[in-house]
Amino acid sequence: MANKILAVLEQREGQLKRSAFETVGMAAKLASELNLEVEAVVTGNEISNINDIGSYGISKVIHLKNPDFENYSSSGYRDAVTDYANESDADYLLLANTSMGKDLAPLLGVKLNAGCIMDCVNIDVSSGNLIATRPVYAGKALIDVKPKSAKIVITIRPNVFKPVPGGSSSPQIEVREISSPNLQTRVVEFKKAEGKLDVAEADIIVSGGRGMKGPEHFDLIEELADLLGGAVGASRPVVDAGWRPHSEQVGQTGKTVSPSLYIACAISGAIQHLAGMSSSKYIVAINKDKEAPIFSVADYGIAGDVFEVLPALIEEIKKIKA
Amino acid sequence: MKIAVCVSHVPDTATKVKVSSDGVSIDPTGVTYIINPYDEYAVEEALSTKEKLGNNSEVVVISVGSDKSKETIRKALAMGADSGVLLKDDNPRDSFAVAKALSEEIKAQGCELVFCGKQSVDYDNTITGQLVAEMLGYSCIPVIVEFNLEGNKITAEREIEGGREIVETVLPAVLTAQKGLNEPRYASLRGIMTAKKKTIEEKPAADAESLTEVLKMHLPPPKKAGRILGTDSSAVPELVSLLREEAKVL
Ligand SMILES: Cc1cc2nc3c(=O)[nH]c(=O)nc-3n(C[C@H](O)[C@H](O)[C@H](O)COP(=O)(O)OP(=O)(O)OC[C@H]3O[C@@H](n4cnc5c(N)ncnc54)[C@H](O)[C@@H]3O)c2cc1C
Ligand SMILES: Nc1ncnc2c1ncn2[C@@H]1O[C@H](COP(=O)(O)O)[C@@H](O)[C@H]1O
Repeated sequence: MANKILAVLEQREGQLKRSAFETVGMAAKLASELNLEVEAVVTGNEISNINDIGSYGISKVIHLKNPDFENYSSSGYRDAVTDYANESDADYLLLANTSMGKDLAPLLGVKLNAGCIMDCVNIDVSSGNLIATRPVYAGKALIDVKPKSAKIVITIRPNVFKPVPGGSSSPQIEVREISSPNLQTRVVEFKKAEGKLDVAEADIIVSGGRGMKGPEHFDLIEELADLLGGAVGASRPVVDAGWRPHSEQVGQTGKTVSPSLYIACAISGAIQHLAGMSSSKYIVAINKDKEAPIFSVADYGIAGDVFEVLPALIEEIKKIKA
Repeated sequence: MKIAVCVSHVPDTATKVKVSSDGVSIDPTGVTYIINPYDEYAVEEALSTKEKLGNNSEVVVISVGSDKSKETIRKALAMGADSGVLLKDDNPRDSFAVAKALSEEIKAQGCELVFCGKQSVDYDNTITGQLVAEMLGYSCIPVIVEFNLEGNKITAEREIEGGREIVETVLPAVLTAQKGLNEPRYASLRGIMTAKKKTIEEKPAADAESLTEVLKMHLPPPKKAGRILGTDSSAVPELVSLLREEAKVL
C-alpha cells in the first residue's frame, strides 16, 4: 500500500513558484483523504520563500541543494528526486503541469516505473482509490483516469487548484547537499521575455484577434491587460502574421489557459481557439458580428466595434482602479 | 547517422468531439485524421538535419497505431523521409506502452537522434518523447524552437513560461518539436510519387502494459449562453459592474 505523497516543487531564480503552493495544497489534501504521509521536495540552490510552505499544510520539506541547481537540469533534478523518492518510499509524486513539470514527470515515471497522469483538473478519492480527470482534445472532452501501477506521477494544471493558506507554521526543512549532480542535460542560459506575464500563468487574459487589424492596435490590448494585472493573448492568425509572438497564442496549437477572466477582442471563436480557452471561469467577448461563435461561450458580450468599445472599457477600469 | 521521427495519426483539430459507444474514446464517424501538427515540425527538423549531415544519414519514420496510421507515415515519406515502420496495435494504450514500443524499435534500428512532436493533439499527454528518451537512456530536450548539432553536442532553445531556456546536452538524444522550430516543407509531386513506391515495414508493437486506465470520457458541461449587453460602449459600465459584482473577478 502507498504510504507517502511527495510534492515535487518548482523554483525559478531562487523563488518557489505560485504553482508550487498549489501543488503543496493538493498534496496535503490528497494525503488527508488517502490517509498518507506527505512531504515536499525541492531542487535548487538558495530558496528564499521556502518557509512559506508551512502555511499550506506540509510540515516537512526536503531541500536538495547544489549551486548548479540554480538553473534547471533535467538529468540532475531527475536523479536527485528519484533517489529521494526511492529512499522515502513515496508512491505518489505530485508536480505542477508547467514546462518543468512536463519535462520532469515522465523522466521520474520511467525511473520509478510509475504511470503518468498529466494536466489534471480534478482529483477524486473514493474508498481509498484515486481517479484523476484531465482534458483531452484541448479541452473538447475530459477523461477520468485511474492508475494501474503501484506508483504514480501526477501533474496538476496551474491556476486550477487555488491554495488556501491556513495557519502559518514553520516547516521542518531538511537540507541535503547533492554532490556532483548529473548535469548531462542542463540549462546554460535563461532568456527572459521582458517582464511580461505568461498567458499560461495569468489570472486575467486580454486577447486580440485578426479583427484588431494590425499590430499597432495591440496597444489597446496591452493597456487593458496592464491595468488588470493580466497577460496579453492572441489568436493564431495574429501570431502567423507576426503581430504577436507565438508564446502568446491561445488555442489548440497554442496554449491552453484557464484564467478567472478571459477578454476576447475581435476574435471569432473558431473551434481551435475555443479549445484553448473555454474552460476560463468568465469570458467576455467584444465582436462586431453578433453571430460570431465566441458569443456562445461568453458570459458577457458586447456586439460592437472593438475600436469604440475598448477605449471606453479602459477608461471605466481606470475609474474603478483610481 | 540514422535519425528517427515518431509520428502520430490524430483527428483534425476542427473535429467536434463525440464520445463513442464504448464510453472511453471518441466516435470516429466523420472524423478526418491527419499527421499530428507538431510532428510535421519534427519531420522537417529530421530532414534538414540529415541534409546538413550529408551522405551517410537517413530518416526513418515510426508510428504506433492501426493500419490507418500508414497515411501519416506516407505523408512523412512524401516530405522526404527514407523509410517507414508501422508498429501495429489496434488497441489503445497509454503513453507508457506506446513509448515502450517506440523505444524498442529505435533501439533495434540503432537511431541516435530522435525527433517527436511536443504533444499529440488527441490526448495532449506531452510526454511520449521524454518517456522514449528515458527508456533508452538518451538525453532529452522537450519543446524546442531551435536546434543545433555539432559533433555529438546539442544546443537547443526551449520555450518555457516567461522566456526561453538554452539547453545543452549530448547525443544520443530525443528532442520534441514546438511550433516555431522551422517551416515544414510541402511534399513535392515527385515526393508523393516516390512515397507511394516506398514500402512501409509492418510489425506488431512490442508488448507492454499500460500503467494507467481510462475509465470514462465525457464532455465538459455546456456553457450556458451568455448575455449580450449591448452593441456599443454604452454597455461598458454594465459590463464592468457585472464583472465586479456578479463574477467578482475585478
Ligand atoms: C491545425 C490548426 C490549428 C489551429 N490552432 C489554432 C490555435 O491554437 N489558436 C487559434 O486561435 N486558432 C487556431 N487555428 C485557426 C482557427 O481555425 C481560426 O482561423 C482562428 O482562430 C481565427 O482567428 P481570429 O478569430 O483572430 O480571426 P477571424 O476568424 O478572422 O475573426 C476575426 C473576428 O474579428 C471580428 N472583427 C473584425 N473587425 C472588428 C471590429 N472592428 N470590432 C469588433 N470585431 C471585429 C470579426 O467579426 C471576426 O469575428 C488553427 C487552425 C488549424 C487548421
Ligand atoms: N502512437 C504514436 N506513434 C508514434 N509516435 C507517437 C505516438 N504517440 C505519440 N507519439 C509521439 O510523441 C509526441 C508527443 O505525444 P504525446 O505524449 O501523446 O502528447 C507526438 O508528437 C509524437 O511525436
